[in-house]
Amino acid sequence: MAYSIDELARMDSIIKRYPRSRSAIMPLLHYVQSLAGYVNNEGIELIAQLLSLEAAEVSAVASFYTQYKRTPVGEYHVGVCTNTLCAVMGGDAIFAGLKEHLGVENDGVTSDGKVSLEHIECNAACDYAPVVMANWEFYDNQTVQSAKDLVDSMRTANPIPPTRGPDTLVTWKEASAVLAGINDGKAHEGIQAGAPTLLGLKISKEEKR
Amino acid sequence: MKLVPVLSAHWDEKDSFTIQAYTRHDGYKASQKALAMEPDALIQLVKDSGLRGRGGAGFPTGMKWGFIPQGDNKEHYLVVNADESEPGTCKDTPLMMANPHVLIEGCIIAAHAIRAKTAFIYIRGELTHVVRRVNQAIEDAYKAGHLGKGIEIILHVGAGAYICGEETALLDSLEGFRGQPRLRPPFPAIAGLYGMPTVVNNVESIASVPAIVLHGAEWYQSMGTEKSKGTTMYSLSGHVKNPGQFEAPLGITLRELLELAGGVREGHRLKFWTPGGSSTPIFTDAHLDIPLDYEGVAAAGSMLGTKALQIFDETTSIIRAVLRWTEFYKHESCGKCTPCREGTWWLVQILRDLDAGVGTEEDLNKLLDICDNIAGRSFCALADGAVAPIISSLKYFRQEYLDQLANKGPLFDPDESTLFAPAKVGA
Repeated sequence: MAYSIDELARMDSIIKRYPRSRSAIMPLLHYVQSLAGYVNNEGIELIAQLLSLEAAEVSAVASFYTQYKRTPVGEYHVGVCTNTLCAVMGGDAIFAGLKEHLGVENDGVTSDGKVSLEHIECNAACDYAPVVMANWEFYDNQTVQSAKDLVDSMRTANPIPPTRGPDTLVTWKEASAVLAGINDGKAHEGIQAGAPTLLGLKISKEEKR
Repeated sequence: MKLVPVLSAHWDEKDSFTIQAYTRHDGYKASQKALAMEPDALIQLVKDSGLRGRGGAGFPTGMKWGFIPQGDNKEHYLVVNADESEPGTCKDTPLMMANPHVLIEGCIIAAHAIRAKTAFIYIRGELTHVVRRVNQAIEDAYKAGHLGKGIEIILHVGAGAYICGEETALLDSLEGFRGQPRLRPPFPAIAGLYGMPTVVNNVESIASVPAIVLHGAEWYQSMGTEKSKGTTMYSLSGHVKNPGQFEAPLGITLRELLELAGGVREGHRLKFWTPGGSSTPIFTDAHLDIPLDYEGVAAAGSMLGTKALQIFDETTSIIRAVLRWTEFYKHESCGKCTPCREGTWWLVQILRDLDAGVGTEEDLNKLLDICDNIAGRSFCALADGAVAPIISSLKYFRQEYLDQLANKGPLFDPDESTLFAPAKVGA
């Protein structure tokens, strides 16, 4: 895959963010993932070239972090939290339900390439357990059925929007670009906080009355 | 008044994350005031406030700033640890979602205090919308002239590694390497990012600074307990009627917090809980009245940690809970230190058997023996965290392990623990 002038300029601007170029490895990996859908060999080699490193050094970094995928994932990558709290609250049942519903195992991708599935660790939303993530956007307080509905909506190309996120669910590639630090102009979309986030504040205001 | 919203005071306004909303509530007034102060006076102010690190360790924030050598003609760096990943912890994420500007203003003040020109915010990568909000807030702060006149902020997004929440692993990650902890000393204050003096602070710690600058150390001191000052976010999750975030002065008890959260879910009773994430030894219903401050929790044999109160009721198998946490530590061990890398693997093997009701009482001793060979024998605290659930569960629930072995299988039905389990009739 050849990279366009614009893409190369973008990568150059990512490198220029940092006092030392090697620090740009992680956003560059997110960026090549946003182009190919995963971290492909061409991406690794280009990053190595841009940062004057060996491909093996870039590859060693890529393989350390679970978000960098070395094989293609779905257009919508679904993560079910099965760390203790979410697992107990229903994450285990949701994960089992989705595996069966989609006919894939952990790290599997549906044959239409639409949905991939992974069990994930705690995603910092425990007051909304059980939590499902899609392209790292929040789907709070899920049930087995709501999670099935969610993946069905992805496969019919009209994904249910996140609970706390933008108005529409962006694709895996688009989300990867956001993680590379590229502003997609959607920061103002969605709610500022869900009800559990505001619960203490609400009670304190009622106390004052 | 049990709850005192400071950080969370305006989160219920629809546009709370915008620079307009933040400015409406005195936003960027504190940084204006701070930039006119001598850096040393700022450090003293934060020391006087009694603010302590909200990321888990509780180290006094002002003292940490004071460790940065002054007049050394080196670049200094501020690094914000926004890699919120400790199981149960969910306070920085909603903060950055609802009010990213308070973090940015805190960075400006802290950077000025430690004489740094550059601050990094390291956000974990599994938070697309939080990254959007913080990125936009940084852009808007530049446009408004709060950034770019002597202080720069660089947003750095992680890629899925719990270990990068450990400060030296975070620095390695930020330098473009695998995130693996460094041997200390030297501490980051002497040789941190790029070998330069560096302060690494948690999101909530930095976000607490603007209010301290605006209202003074005395005001902050007036809240909390003797050695744990100010307000903090307590996060209740799990088997409570209404989970959520509760901002209160340090020292509130779980009994008080549970009351605010509507109690343990209907028809059930508290079995065990974590005071500050999975790396803090568990507590039981015997610990409801412990003051949740740094000293109170430590005196009872655990740690305040991130104030992540994960509540589990009597339907929950302690063995299943501990197994999951142990699988997490095994997965997240960076592999640098042998005791942690190999030890967590063996812990999982034994716990999987125990969860299935396979094994003997001797396996419980073996678990403790392995724990003894992991804790304190690795570079970083992940190893200590990994053994905390095991040792504390055996302290309080050894009989349940034995009962499960006698039963030769699980004692609990996982379906009864779920959020969507049918309500218990007549209980």
